[in-house]
Amino acid sequence: MRLARFLGHRLLLAIPVILGIVVLNFFLIHLAPGDAASVLAGESGAASPEYMEQLRHKFGLDQPMATQFGVYLLNMLHLDLGYSFRNDSPVASLILDRLWPTSLLMLTAFGTALVIGTLLGLAAATGRNSWRDAVISLVSLVAYATPGFWLGLMMIVIFAIRLGWLPTSGFDTVGADNEGWDEVWDVGRHLVMPAVALSLFYLAVYARVMRASVLEQVGMDYVTTARAKGQTETRVMTGHVLRNALLPVVTMAGVQAGNLIGGSIVVETVFGWPGVGTLAFNALQSRDLNLLLGIFFVSACLVVVINLAVDLVYVCLDPRMEL
Amino acid sequence: MRSALARFARNRLALLGAAVLLGLLALVALTPLLFPDDPFRLVGPALQPPGGRFLLGTDTLGRDVAAEIAYGARTSLMIGLGATLAAILFGTLVGGLAGYYRGGVEIALMRLTEFFQTIPAFVLAILIVAILSPSLTSEIVAIAAVSWPGIARLVRGEFVALGGREFVLACDGLGAGDARIIFRHMLPNCASAIIAVGSLLIGTAILIEAGLAFLGLGDPNVMSWGLIISAGRAVLRSAWWICTFPGIAILLTVLGINLVGDGLNEAMNPRLRER
Repeated sequence: MRLARFLGHRLLLAIPVILGIVVLNFFLIHLAPGDAASVLAGESGAASPEYMEQLRHKFGLDQPMATQFGVYLLNMLHLDLGYSFRNDSPVASLILDRLWPTSLLMLTAFGTALVIGTLLGLAAATGRNSWRDAVISLVSLVAYATPGFWLGLMMIVIFAIRLGWLPTSGFDTVGADNEGWDEVWDVGRHLVMPAVALSLFYLAVYARVMRASVLEQVGMDYVTTARAKGQTETRVMTGHVLRNALLPVVTMAGVQAGNLIGGSIVVETVFGWPGVGTLAFNALQSRDLNLLLGIFFVSACLVVVINLAVDLVYVCLDPRMEL
Repeated sequence: MRSALARFARNRLALLGAAVLLGLLALVALTPLLFPDDPFRLVGPALQPPGGRFLLGTDTLGRDVAAEIAYGARTSLMIGLGATLAAILFGTLVGGLAGYYRGGVEIALMRLTEFFQTIPAFVLAILIVAILSPSLTSEIVAIAAVSWPGIARLVRGEFVALGGREFVLACDGLGAGDARIIFRHMLPNCASAIIAVGSLLIGTAILIEAGLAFLGLGDPNVMSWGLIISAGRAVLRSAWWICTFPGIAILLTVLGINLVGDGLNEAMNPRLRER
């Protein structure tokens, strides 16, 4: 019951954020040089004059600004994100179709980064100032400075072109018509490189945060107490320190959610992964601004959802959290 | 200040980063001498592997990759510094107003800051450049627009802390105006924190710029590292060097900036360490 109230409260807080995104989108449309209708129609000149007229009418572009905003807001809240002339399909369904591959990629990358990053951070902190700590710190410093798309290209050169271990691009083997576990295996092989390219940066972030967080916890009184009780060092780490040390990592994971979506645009482009990122790249190539605005809106909403999930995880980890 | 410099000088990693950055600055300064030609000029046969007449090879059109990288360094630094300066100015303005005036102003401005921290930054940057049409200025505007919230939060925190200190209360009691208190007394006191955090922003800005240029959102008339990589992608199979070397340049530059930034943070903001 308290959990339900907590969730309800958080949902209420999400409303101004969603509204803010709509306002920002509206502002951006009017920032563009030229007629707002040409922005909404996508590629300039591609839309028929009738369609442009229809757009002007639909969005009330001949009306005062306030009315225009009202109409736009209403459309967005109905998830009517407009029509992509270039793709000959409504924007909302274009994005929905691509959501599954993107979610698969993002969740895999996110999970990898979180698990390995946390373990590396723990390993670095427990062996503070040893060679282990130095190597992990060095790796995370380099990972911090590596552009994800370049890492992806280099992996293609090494693992796909030179060694031939992994496929260069795509979601699965075209024309293979695999079923069941064969298909899972096939998609998995295609997923490895994009997931690694996307996760490395965040892996470094979590390793750094985890290291600092463990070092902070180890100095606390409850750790001394646990040791005084005669518990083994492993038990002290897994039973006491780990759970407390994870809290800042979870917070950081929520903060980084938006960046993960941005990173997936370049990584998907490199690997031809058929997700929202590739859709955004194609929209860029054809200057389909309305499709881009739709992608921005959906990804921002996704971040709000992820932050809700992070709040929930936080509550599970730390029962002291005020609900 | 002197003790901060001494602390910085004792940090070997930070010195290494500073050396890398000095090398980069030297490259940028010597570019007109080393590569007097326009980097867009075709100087040799296409797709020459590295090591021959062209140290880093040539690209698909027969342009010298080494020259492209040298000119790209200038672009990256210009955009990195420009966007960071703009972000610091705007972030300081927002954070300063919120931290000095408190109350409703603070709530409104901090909500705005949190909002900009939540939304997907890179997607917004893409949208801004696409809408303003690709150019150096629109790249700087877009990167600044997604980089300022961190500075705003920092400055607000510092201002709130400084606001209760005796010397500020004394100024107020002596009848100093808001502008005098802010510019003569409070801002100089958080300058070192702003410089330390801002230095790390340059690295992020260069990474964002490379991503934008890779997606085709760089200024088409200005050579940049992302542009070289996006052009070389098509021939990745036969000519690995076109994509490889600019990426190494990005990596070294950002690594150098991060090392120096970490060093500055430890030297100037001992309070913020390990955060």
